[in-house]
Amino acid sequence: MDRLEYDVIVIGAGVTGSAVARELARRERRIAVLERESDICEGTSKANSGIAHAGFDAQPGTLKAKLNVQGARLMKELSEELDFPYRQNGSLVVSFEAEGRERLQELYKRGEENGVEGLQILTGDEARALEPALSDEVAAALYAPTGGIVCPFGLNIALAENAAVNGVDFYLNTAAVKIECEQDGYRILTKEKEFFAPVVVNAAGVYADALHNMVSEHKLHITARRGEYCLMDKKTGGLVKSTIFQLPTANGKGILVTPTVHGNLLAGPTAEDIEDKEGVNTTAEGLARALAVGAKSVKALPVRQVITSFAGLRAHEESGDFIIEEAQDAPGFFDVAGIASPGLTSAPAVGVYVAEMIQARFPAPEKSGFIGARKGIPCVAEADNEERQRLIAENPAYANVVCRCELVTEGEILDAIHRPLGATTLDGVKRRTRAGMGRCQSGFCSPKVVEILARELHKDIGEITKSGEGSAFLTGYNKETCM
Amino acid sequence: MRQDIIIIGGGPAGLAAALAAKEAGAEQILILERDRELGGILNQCIHNGFGLHTFKEELTGPEYAARYIAKVEQEKIPFLLETIVIDIAKAENGDKAVTAMNRERGLFTIHTKAVILAMGCRERPRGALNIPGFRPAGIYSAGTAQRYVNIEGRMPGKEVVILGSGDIGLIMARRMTLEGAKVKAVAELMPYSGGLKRNIVQCLDDFGIPLKLSHTVVDIRGKKRVEGVTLAQVDENKKPIAGTEEYIPCDTLLLSCGLLPENELSLNLGVSLNPATSGPYVNESLETNISGVFACGNVLHVHDLVDYVSEEAAAAGKYAAAYVREAADSQTREKTETACAGSETQICLEAAEGIRYTVPSTISPSHMEDMQLVRFRVADVYKEVFLKVYFDGKPVVSQKKRVLAPGEMEQLRLKKEQLQAFPDLKKITIRIEKEAG
Repeated sequence: MDRLEYDVIVIGAGVTGSAVARELARRERRIAVLERESDICEGTSKANSGIAHAGFDAQPGTLKAKLNVQGARLMKELSEELDFPYRQNGSLVVSFEAEGRERLQELYKRGEENGVEGLQILTGDEARALEPALSDEVAAALYAPTGGIVCPFGLNIALAENAAVNGVDFYLNTAAVKIECEQDGYRILTKEKEFFAPVVVNAAGVYADALHNMVSEHKLHITARRGEYCLMDKKTGGLVKSTIFQLPTANGKGILVTPTVHGNLLAGPTAEDIEDKEGVNTTAEGLARALAVGAKSVKALPVRQVITSFAGLRAHEESGDFIIEEAQDAPGFFDVAGIASPGLTSAPAVGVYVAEMIQARFPAPEKSGFIGARKGIPCVAEADNEERQRLIAENPAYANVVCRCELVTEGEILDAIHRPLGATTLDGVKRRTRAGMGRCQSGFCSPKVVEILARELHKDIGEITKSGEGSAFLTGYNKETCM
Repeated sequence: MRQDIIIIGGGPAGLAAALAAKEAGAEQILILERDRELGGILNQCIHNGFGLHTFKEELTGPEYAARYIAKVEQEKIPFLLETIVIDIAKAENGDKAVTAMNRERGLFTIHTKAVILAMGCRERPRGALNIPGFRPAGIYSAGTAQRYVNIEGRMPGKEVVILGSGDIGLIMARRMTLEGAKVKAVAELMPYSGGLKRNIVQCLDDFGIPLKLSHTVVDIRGKKRVEGVTLAQVDENKKPIAGTEEYIPCDTLLLSCGLLPENELSLNLGVSLNPATSGPYVNESLETNISGVFACGNVLHVHDLVDYVSEEAAAAGKYAAAYVREAADSQTREKTETACAGSETQICLEAAEGIRYTVPSTISPSHMEDMQLVRFRVADVYKEVFLKVYFDGKPVVSQKKRVLAPGEMEQLRLKKEQLQAFPDLKKITIRIEKEAG
């Protein structure tokens, strides 16, 4: 078995691992990212609220509080540098009873301590003036103008792609099965390869405890906290402009109603601790709850316009805070664990924080020629006609619409396949281009996307999968089992 | 280049509309089709049963389409393939500006006097049904599976459960069986099938495939590929009944749970839609609330037989040609905005007890032909009932019906002379009643 040696190995190509890899790539280091799935952005990073939280929730003094506020501040500039969808749309925490005002006041104070700017407490009527669709039951609200929404796939993929462009090697379908301490670092065994690095970053999401516990006696315990969501048709995305939270509970920030950055409307998440770390199934109760609780916040939640539902697992660590530190008894092994909400918002700041921590212990010289900027896949649906003309002139494939619901063209799909860390699966194309994310949910476009993937990757359509090994679309040829 | 009529969609509706418009004298007709060939979804419907009304013989879908395509080519009606319309807007002098894209011409806008909407429909996806469980590969809408099997010759699965007894689901139960898959069950949420009776017999009964009425899928297992689904019986409120769950191992779940007219373009143009059909409200000329914009086929309301699509589309083509002939400046007619907007010049059709909707929604006696066809669907299964028609509350028609079912489209013929006998007629009510009197 080949032994592949690196200066740093990051385990997990979710948004956290990708952010860390990109920051580390600013210096002269050989870096690898190991990802068990067939694509980046396949775990918690793909199934969450897509919110850039303002930062008033976390207890002052915690890492969550610090990195949330920093991450939120970095997000806008990063969205321009790396070209992913982000919008500052503001958020409201609503309370239905007059007594709730005290709790809103607490959040307000917490927010001020955390350094959140522009917070205001509003009466129910003031809140409704801002958001006419808010329920008449809303008695008071906390308004945070710095709250935002972000495309979770866009952020994750942009970070990873940019890391790859700057020399980071990504190994997909490469699960870390075993980690062993050696003299000057760690030996990581995967099914087919063996890796070695003096520095390991554990960004393995709900499995970060398992990896940590392989090298440390101070055990971590991460619980998968499932959140179920319902996504509604783009026709309905204009119901609210801002993100509407209810007062937080012990289990988290509760069920929100928000426009997504692409103009859909999202309700969720529920919060349920489960045993199965692969348990991304939705439940009848969970979906009903997401809609019922969401419907309390706004008038006439368009529950009949649901186009899909999904569940994500937050990596909840017992301490309640992010665990971002070098393991006490495992030098060079850096945990980035328990990255539950506000993990997406914090990711840009987590990347910087971890890179600084590693630089302090394992210094490396600055790299010349780091390319910070990245241009995303053109979006024909959102382009004006002039821009569309220009794209089509460049490549007529930008005039060939494959996904009619989201107006995604063959040109965009080709770009998604052929760019660094390109898509190899139907889900990969979907997360990069939105093909199949619309109201027909890929009924019309999936055969066409499968065909394009097969053609471009020089495969048979029978080899094309939804999300990697074991998820093929086709099981054989007509009549082959009749003979 | 200004057109007389642009037809959006080259499926059965668009083709029949184009031919009828041409026959009625329209000159500049252009069909815009998003797929690689004309014919629409018929191209993947390789089973027979098409054309019994139109051609008095049984054809397959591609054969039925081929007859229309041949005529369109013979008549030299121009069409553009792989061309997607992205916008229809009102333009000067009552014209419409249709913006589309394709590889050859890039992005382009064409002005036209009239537009015929013939975009068809899409299948209701899993998400819209809120079926809980995992989201693995192996869940297809029946039409997507049909495309893989009938166009690509590839099987999307080996052991299949089908949710929904719409016609495509029934047809696919038979097709998958013939191609070597095991179809374990068809579950239907309602206490009756949403498909044609003949399809239940020919596609399920003949192959011993169980149809489980009042059942639904309550869980989908399998993280990468479907491993099984759990069915449960539902009560009268369509809620699953605890204790009735049955797990069925399978690698595929096909969904045939209804079709939704594709009216996103129409909505952007400002066309009013009927919530009962998700298609436009139209008058007797199949014209929407926007002058010169007509609708036909499954974008107007979901049909059961393509023969009726062709018939309806031909009417739309003829009316559109008349509109073009009469010139846009004389278009001062009132438009049909809502389900029931009777007025001096329009009689409204009211879908009362047991009737989900009617097409058209209004009739202008001055514009109607000697006989007006009214199409509708019923809301439930009715046996031994009477279909009644009232003119401003006065009973006019009473037809005995042995069986009426939501899966079959019904029709009623109104004669112009009947309407003329009621000079101040405002409202025609159609309802189902138990008693003859």
